[in-house]
Amino acid sequence: MLGVDPAHGGEAWRARTGVVLQSWRDHAKWQVRELLAQQGRYYAPYSTVGITRPWDVDDLLESVGLTKHARKRVSDLSGGQRRRLDVAIGIVGRPELLFLDEPTTGFDPEARREFHDLVRGLADREDVTILLTTHDLNEAERLADRILILTGGTIIADGSADELARTLPGQSEVRWTRDGQPFTRSPENATAFVRELFQEHGEAIEDLEVRRASLEDTYMAMVHQAERRTPRGLAAVTA
Amino acid sequence: MNPTVMALRAGLSRGWIELRQSLTTQSDLFGLAFRIGAVLVVVIWTRGTHLPGMDFSLGTSTLVSVLGLNLVMYGVVTMGDLLVVEREDGTLLRAKATPNGMLGYLVGKVVSTAGQVLLAVVITLFIGAFLFTGLTIGHPGSWLTLIWVLVLGLLATLPAGAVLGSLFPSQRSAGPWWLLLLGGLSAISGIFYPITHLPVFLQYIGQVFPMYWLGLGMRSALLPNSLVVLEIGHSWRHLATFGVLATWSVVGLVLAPVVLRRMARRESGSTVATRREKVLRGT
Repeated sequence: MLGVDPAHGGEAWRARTGVVLQSWRDHAKWQVRELLAQQGRYYAPYSTVGITRPWDVDDLLESVGLTKHARKRVSDLSGGQRRRLDVAIGIVGRPELLFLDEPTTGFDPEARREFHDLVRGLADREDVTILLTTHDLNEAERLADRILILTGGTIIADGSADELARTLPGQSEVRWTRDGQPFTRSPENATAFVRELFQEHGEAIEDLEVRRASLEDTYMAMVHQAERRTPRGLAAVTA
Repeated sequence: MNPTVMALRAGLSRGWIELRQSLTTQSDLFGLAFRIGAVLVVVIWTRGTHLPGMDFSLGTSTLVSVLGLNLVMYGVVTMGDLLVVEREDGTLLRAKATPNGMLGYLVGKVVSTAGQVLLAVVITLFIGAFLFTGLTIGHPGSWLTLIWVLVLGLLATLPAGAVLGSLFPSQRSAGPWWLLLLGGLSAISGIFYPITHLPVFLQYIGQVFPMYWLGLGMRSALLPNSLVVLEIGHSWRHLATFGVLATWSVVGLVLAPVVLRRMARRESGSTVATRREKVLRGT
């Protein structure tokens, strides 16, 4: 990890990583801004030519959408706000590698969407590699550039969502209608199949729809293939 | 700036912030007032009683001895309990994930706990000075003794608290032990009655622990010299006080980092999650 075995990583190495921990009731009496400023101080000696550490507290509050709550006590935050504070604490040192452990567990759809935007924005704007573990396959598909599927402690797949889907033939679905009659097929090669379809029937084909297998389909297929009893989880990496 | 120096400074500010938070949180203030108030009630109760064979109020003597008890109460119990609680709630795990975070965390704890001790001592003394006669608070020498006993007392108790705190698995399991520790020690340390009136073997046991010496140091600072006849060997034994407290300090300071490091190594996201579930389930 960053060229060092984590078991032997020193404090300077630690300063380059960030961990988003699931907060519970720690630092309940602290004000949001106060806590971020305190956590940030430890990173100041680890600035490099390219990276100024820590992140300016007000900028950071702005990017996680907590500016309005800067002076609130941590115990007075809502669940979603608290989660964003966790992320802010995780990235206050401007890490080069950030760990998110099932960050959206227990979120409502809106909070989940907001959180995804936040992570997406981080990965796009900052020079940070994010390692995110999740059981939510839509989340992985939406956020990750590279996906690793772990089952029973072994990596059984590694690639982008598209690549993973392509490794399993017969997972695409083609639907069309001809003469008012609906058809559905799952061909091995969807592109070739559609070409042939048009050659054969020409303009008689209507309402054509080709659907690539979702990550969930791929996941299920792969886990079955791996013949493990219990799927353990799924890790996604986004760069 | 050097990272270690930075962590020390961050720790100082952390301690100061936490002390301020304590003083602006109602439940914390109530706790402090309750502890000081309880002591004063006991002391006022015994105001009319005289020390055995002396024309001096037992209440005044107890008031002073209790300052020594305070050091153990805050230094060992508050420190230890905070470590247990904050290990449970993930504060320590956050510190571990931060560069030099454990150092800053510990410095912060030392500052905020020491602040609470000093506050309790000052308030108790201030109120006591109005309620009781016989305290030798007019002499500069008294304050000098008070200060070195306080400083050495903090050094002897805070690391011990950290060590004990890292041994208990949860706040629930720690609670009864703290009570036993405080109750047991104060009974054999001559806090509420002169130690020379205890059976001799208990006197020996009492003299092993810092609480007796802290009480003795406080009495030597704040009570008239004539009361020395109630002490073991008819002496304030400053040298022995220094020796015993210094020994506890050294042992604590050597042991604490080792024990704390071992404790920190065991911390992980899943251990915190497991504890959270346990607490939420109420088992």
